[in-house]
Amino acid sequence: MSVGTPAVPSGLSHRLRLNLKAVVGRAYPRVIGANREPSWVFFEAVLPLLGIAAYVFIYQALANRVLLDPALTEAQRAATIAGTNALIGGVVLGGTMTAFWLNVLWSMASQLYWEKEIGNLQLYMMAPMSRMALLGGMAVGGMFMTSVRAMTTLVVGVVVFSVILQVTNPFLVLAVFFVTLIALYGMGMALASLYLLWGREAWHLSALLEEPIYFASGFNFPAGGFARMGGWGRAVLTFATFIPATVGLDAMRQMIFPGAFSLPIDAFGVKFTPEIELGILLVLAVVFLLLARYALAYLETLARREGRLTSRHQ
Amino acid sequence: MAAWLGWQMDSNWTEPWLFAVYSVVKPVAGAFILVLMYLVFAVVSGLQDPDMFAFIFVGNAFFIFVGSAVIGTFEVVQSDREWYQTIRYVYVSPISYYTYIVGRASTKVAVAALAVLITIAFGVFALGVRVEFTSSEFPLFLASLLLGLFCLISIGICLAGVSFMIARHTQGLAQGIPGIFYVFCGVLVPLTVLPPWAWGISRAIPLTYWFDLIHRVLLPANDISTGLLDFSDLGILVLLLASGLTFFLLSLGVFKLGEYLARKAGKIDMTTSY
Repeated sequence: MSVGTPAVPSGLSHRLRLNLKAVVGRAYPRVIGANREPSWVFFEAVLPLLGIAAYVFIYQALANRVLLDPALTEAQRAATIAGTNALIGGVVLGGTMTAFWLNVLWSMASQLYWEKEIGNLQLYMMAPMSRMALLGGMAVGGMFMTSVRAMTTLVVGVVVFSVILQVTNPFLVLAVFFVTLIALYGMGMALASLYLLWGREAWHLSALLEEPIYFASGFNFPAGGFARMGGWGRAVLTFATFIPATVGLDAMRQMIFPGAFSLPIDAFGVKFTPEIELGILLVLAVVFLLLARYALAYLETLARREGRLTSRHQ
Repeated sequence: MAAWLGWQMDSNWTEPWLFAVYSVVKPVAGAFILVLMYLVFAVVSGLQDPDMFAFIFVGNAFFIFVGSAVIGTFEVVQSDREWYQTIRYVYVSPISYYTYIVGRASTKVAVAALAVLITIAFGVFALGVRVEFTSSEFPLFLASLLLGLFCLISIGICLAGVSFMIARHTQGLAQGIPGIFYVFCGVLVPLTVLPPWAWGISRAIPLTYWFDLIHRVLLPANDISTGLLDFSDLGILVLLLASGLTFFLLSLGVFKLGEYLARKAGKIDMTTSY
């Protein structure tokens, strides 16, 4: 009498359940574990305010010197004050987005590099779940974790720096915000697949993508300002449009600080309205998610072939 | 030898030319952020303020030293312990670990010096920043630069001593401490722009005097009141020397204490995956 081998579960419902469990499993440390120790309130919500404060003081210092001019008319004085408020508010908003960008760089893109260094990557590769479920769980958890921190920074920043908000369309603001996050984390997933191949270059690339992206995406000033800087400015703006944070921030600035001071992105006479920018973000989200899907499969194959999946300290 | 090792570790992950580009792109991008902030403000307000722009630009350029020296110094412990796991071998070798950290940090200071030079040159030749530097100011500039770097490395070693005992919060400190300097030390804006309660904090940090002296030496014609005009150049230099010596002695104490506590707890070579 032969003992029957146990049936291996298969089928779509099994695969869906397995991948959903993988998503929950990867999201869990970021949702629950990262918030266990309350020190995050200081290190990840309050300390970023220092960087924001430095840029806020720059705008305040510039405005103070302008307002000292006795030849200024009342209209110019009011315009300077309103413009400074919009710019300071933009800095607070950009500082909030910085938290998401850093999370995308270091907790999404670099995560597989860290796993390789620790020696866990081969375990993930051998597990039966989809790699996209792995990255998807990291994205969901990262979005939640960073949103908690970013909202704290935003609220404290608005209160401390006395920013006046004039939200014109709250539903569109929320839609832009969430689609920006999806597109950003999709970009992070695509970068994560690239990092499968690399060693220390991965860490250095993540470090390199901080300040240049803050600059190109207009985290601390309206990106539309590039359009006024000639050919090189337009070239930077064209490149920056492919980064979801650029377009997302510009749309949110237009809706939270309406008026000329938000300096919206202007592409050859076509002003990017928030609706147009939402459309661009939707396209970017789809493109980056598809890119992540195919890049992950291709680069995993390449890394296996070249024996780089398990190489550490390179 | 430690400096050579630091140079190898920092640079051998890529080709030399790419490493040079990488070392320059980050700080120059940081400077460009401020350039665009100023230009956007000029567009919004319709007015320009070249003196304020020069103040911001020069301060930000020299802040590159702060990031590299402070973070580079105190990250030596974390990198040797967590990333490369070589700390036990270095620690048991017949050298002073304190001296080893200073040697490793010197590489980062040298690379930062190149980035500062390129940033200032770009500001002067491409952006019209009005830097005026005469040979008579050279001794004062050199003295202030050396004392400033001495303070920075001492502060970095204090943090290195603390990092013997922590893991998770190392990155938070790495970002937070330079952030405090960025806001309170008159790097980008004069102290008079800060709220009055912040002036006491600013005056207690030695780097405030360093940045003030740098601004005075490189921007003598600037009409911005920094809030420290009641001090002469020599007075600031003396304050910088005194505070530098204080932080040096503090670094010896904090480093020894951190090292002692870590050895007692068996944490010198702990790995925490952070």
